[in-house]
Amino acid sequence: MYKFFQPNKIFTITSRAPKYVLFLFIIVLTIGLTEALFLSPEDYKQSHSVRIMYVHVPSAWISLGIFSSIAFLSLGSFIFKNKNFSLISKSLAPSGFIFNIIALVTGSIWGKPTWGTWWAWDARITSMLILALFYSMYLLSWRIFENKEYVIKITSMIAILGVINVPIIKYSVDWWSTLHQTSSVNVLSETSIHSSMLIPLAIMTAAFALFSLLIFLMKYNTELIKIKNKGLDRL
Amino acid sequence: MINEIISMNGYGSYVWSAFSFTLISFMSLYLITKAQLLKEQMKFSSKFRLLDADKIKVAKLQNINKEILEGNLISKV
Repeated sequence: MYKFFQPNKIFTITSRAPKYVLFLFIIVLTIGLTEALFLSPEDYKQSHSVRIMYVHVPSAWISLGIFSSIAFLSLGSFIFKNKNFSLISKSLAPSGFIFNIIALVTGSIWGKPTWGTWWAWDARITSMLILALFYSMYLLSWRIFENKEYVIKITSMIAILGVINVPIIKYSVDWWSTLHQTSSVNVLSETSIHSSMLIPLAIMTAAFALFSLLIFLMKYNTELIKIKNKGLDRL
Repeated sequence: MINEIISMNGYGSYVWSAFSFTLISFMSLYLITKAQLLKEQMKFSSKFRLLDADKIKVAKLQNINKEILEGNLISKV
């Protein structure tokens, strides 16, 4: 099974996929933006400011999802000693970090008309900021440390430690009294959001997921070529 | 009609700035990633050109090297 994850085997796929993913991303994003900005209804309380949800929520979901995947892969690289897992994690991190920043900034912009403040040291917002710090440490470690074995260990430890923060982010609104509202979209219990808003939210989530896939593929190809460049030096 | 879309009951500046920030972030990350990919591919091609005939034979045995040289990573992205 692990042979499937060998870079030489999957490069043929990863090198051809970005053009199709980019094409699909542009189509889905165009539909999503039209729905989010023009077709979806305004909220009876928040009026048009609710539209910020269509960029804020998918960004937060994807940044959490990517960090969890990085932690899972890091654990995998520890157990199975598969270096490709850390290569995949490294390629996932930039888009995860950007989505984390987008979630923080758009949340701050949404906070001003809703709560009357750009920032509050509330449990959900603070824990998202901590996630951004873990992402920064993870990305900086890849830049700072030269020794490959060492950097894999350090980044894996950062990811495994950082993933403790993920359930804290998820349940922060239930565990503490926060300015941030509780979840409106739930997998296991009833979703309290109307379909006229849920559909644009789902489309925007799909568009953002496609964007992170696009960046992952391009970054992964870059990393593989870097390795091949070193291989040419050794010939 | 257009004024309504822009102002959004007074929330326009918040909504448009949130969407603009998101799209600018997307564009920046895409361009940076593309530039890094292009740089590595150019480096690979120039290194490959400096190899002697025997080494080129060895390098071309790996499909991945041929794929990089074909340049389908950049031109079609």
